[in-house]
Amino acid sequence: MLAAIRPDSWNYALFLHVLGAAVLVGALVTAGSMQILGWARDQGGGAPMFARLSFRTLLIVAIPAWFAMRIGAEWIRSKEFPSGADEPGWIGIGYVTAEPGGLLLLISVVLAGIGARRLARGRGADWLTRSATVLVLVVLAAYLVALWAMTAKPD
Amino acid sequence: MSRYDWLLFLHVASAFALVASLVLYTVLIVALWNRDVPSEAARLFRVQRVGDVLVAVGSIGVLVFGIWLAIDVDGYEVWDGWVIAALVLWLVMGALGSRTGKLYNSARDRALALAKDGSDAPSPELRALLQDRRALWFHVAGIATVVLLLIDMIFKPGA
Repeated sequence: MLAAIRPDSWNYALFLHVLGAAVLVGALVTAGSMQILGWARDQGGGAPMFARLSFRTLLIVAIPAWFAMRIGAEWIRSKEFPSGADEPGWIGIGYVTAEPGGLLLLISVVLAGIGARRLARGRGADWLTRSATVLVLVVLAAYLVALWAMTAKPD
Repeated sequence: MSRYDWLLFLHVASAFALVASLVLYTVLIVALWNRDVPSEAARLFRVQRVGDVLVAVGSIGVLVFGIWLAIDVDGYEVWDGWVIAALVLWLVMGALGSRTGKLYNSARDRALALAKDGSDAPSPELRALLQDRRALWFHVAGIATVVLLLIDMIFKPGA
């Protein structure tokens, strides 16, 4: 029951970590929803619009939120588990999801950006935007696992 | 996993859903700001459904699991100052969200009606509805309220 005994000095780091993570999940949900809507065949001219919005959401919201989440995580880890202290398993789950998730997020931004550009020019970009969508959904699933690990704190 | 672990996970997951809805609505408001073509606006409003599900699940979840946690955890009570502050902020958030929703839903309905009529010419009326300053400020106030809720949950003043 860490919440009940957490020292006040940890709260700023936890606030940054939780706010960053929540906004990151929100950006992934928003970008993923727009990409999926862009797939729909009845969108007419909507696919380029949704692709562009999804790319901008990932670039302008998700990337800064990932940094806020990651900086907050390292800040509170340094307070809760100073160097040399044994780290429990759930910290490992955090690392395993945060860092590869960040790399996949970066790849999805690049794919979504190129896809949006090609769609705006009237060229096919299905595989690019669909690959970006799959990556966004994979990252979202990984961060939901991390959310479970951070709250349930399995050993 | 203990009951406390489950309750905390569901409470925090609900809070994430709530914040996710605000991020989605914010992106939608920004995306709609300079639009005046009804079919474009109507298409964009389709993403609102995802936000509507998230805000419903999130706002009910944080309340139910939050109260359950306050009752279940030794050392916390529902009448603690920071819990009462959270309940007040939740009510304020709900009131602001309701006002924001009404204003943007009327813009969405107008966009849909114009698009259905086949009149897809730029509409100054639709642009005015999408740029409604009251709706924007209600939304910004809703975001500020959720940030205050998060601060209250983490810092637990008086606990």
